[in-house]
Amino acid sequence: MATMRTAAAAIIRVACGVRPLPEAALPSGPCILFANHSSHLDFAVIWAALSPARRAQVRPVAGRDYWEKTRLRRWLAESVFRAVLIERQKVTVTTNPLEPMLAALDAGQSLIVFPEGTRSRDGTLHGFKSGLYHLARARPTVPLVPILLENLNRILPKGDILAVPLIASVAVGQTLTLVPGEAKLAFLDRARASIVALQPS
Amino acid sequence: MHPDRATLMMLAGIAGILVLASAIVGLLKLRQPPGAATPVIVNLAARVRAWWVMAGIFTVALFTGGIGSVILFALTSFFALREFITLTPTRAADHRVLFWAFFVVIPIQYYLVATRWYGLFAVFIPVYVFVFVPIRCALAGDSERFLERTAKIQWALMVCVYFVSYVPALLMLDIPGYAHANARLLLFFVLVVQISDVLQYVWGKLFGRRKIAPTLSPNKTWEGFVGGVASATGIGALLWWATPFSPAQAAALSLVITLMGFCGGLVMSAIKRDRGVKDYGAMIEGHGGVMDRIDSICFAAPVFFHLVRYYFTP
Repeated sequence: MATMRTAAAAIIRVACGVRPLPEAALPSGPCILFANHSSHLDFAVIWAALSPARRAQVRPVAGRDYWEKTRLRRWLAESVFRAVLIERQKVTVTTNPLEPMLAALDAGQSLIVFPEGTRSRDGTLHGFKSGLYHLARARPTVPLVPILLENLNRILPKGDILAVPLIASVAVGQTLTLVPGEAKLAFLDRARASIVALQPS
Repeated sequence: MHPDRATLMMLAGIAGILVLASAIVGLLKLRQPPGAATPVIVNLAARVRAWWVMAGIFTVALFTGGIGSVILFALTSFFALREFITLTPTRAADHRVLFWAFFVVIPIQYYLVATRWYGLFAVFIPVYVFVFVPIRCALAGDSERFLERTAKIQWALMVCVYFVSYVPALLMLDIPGYAHANARLLLFFVLVVQISDVLQYVWGKLFGRRKIAPTLSPNKTWEGFVGGVASATGIGALLWWATPFSPAQAAALSLVITLMGFCGGLVMSAIKRDRGVKDYGAMIEGHGGVMDRIDSICFAAPVFFHLVRYYFTP
């Protein structure tokens, strides 16, 4: 499986024209990578750009409703990408989406999350849902790393099944953490701005 | 293809130039304090390394009797188009027509080259794709900047696919007294265009003072242009024995393709400046993207092909 994952990462990098991220681009130890979301390929591209050591302990966070729909999706999510599947539709006390994410962080793993909650149709960055804030509040020492993905909505846009082989890019921004006492909206704005700051003017 | 003496001599010449280039880079590195080479030297070393790889791939393709060259240039078109479209803003409604461009237009154009179907090869993209692109875009129902978008896609296909496919198309020319030797013509063309690029760079770095188009391409100087074009034309003339041309004809054709090569480079630079980037990509270390390496081929290939076809085929 490890060889297969390395091969899959190499194929994704070639197909999307993505360069590997240097190890120094990310803080050492567990962290939360948060990115803009416009394509099904988003988490696969971040996953593929990471160093093999980092890839071995990173967990993309994905919606259970989508990734458990077919056998192929379930296999990809569970066996290949080792996703943390969370409830999006009917959140109750027993299906609190935070719990499995916190468990992964406590086990020394890192997370890939998309705070917009769903894919943007036009590639623009939408408002952030509050999940990132709840994560940051529950584990305030874990660094949050903003990531800007470019061109993925042109490669495989929402609602299409045919991919166009353009060149994607993965840019890593300044790490941030929740300031003690910071309000939810202020924090979410700051997190969103850290991705906007990576966009070329 | 069974390599003939003339082809082998040209390849040996290329290998000789690369050995010389590697030796010069080695000497330049020795003159620098250890571990502190200037960016120009580091870039030069990367460029020479990439040249070895490109010459190796090109040679392997040349020896596979035509189909290898067709596949190599089809892949070149694919990667060039990828860089070009990535740099060009398109809209969501263009998605399907772009899918056609990559996975239908490129295979058909190179299929026409491989099967030597000249009549359709010459009009497929300028006529049939030209009408297809706006029809497909119109069906997608987005009229925003319609003319601009379809023009950009058509331009990308002309430059990256149609023009580049003229290089392996040299293999389909039936030149009397030159049967089974067209691979040499292809080698001659690529060698003269690329050596003109290299010599313009070298002359420019050594003697360049007056810039030709500082806003478009700060590295292009009159000294580099004149020196590079003149010396590449001289090399082209000296290679007449490998071609169906006389020395004077070889010189004239070399002059035309080096001038067209220069103009192609200038136009592709203008597009890059318009989009605010320095290189089309980063696929070839030291050179930038595939498009940065073949910008001089794009305009030179169709002109060279049609001149040879008009004057040297019955």
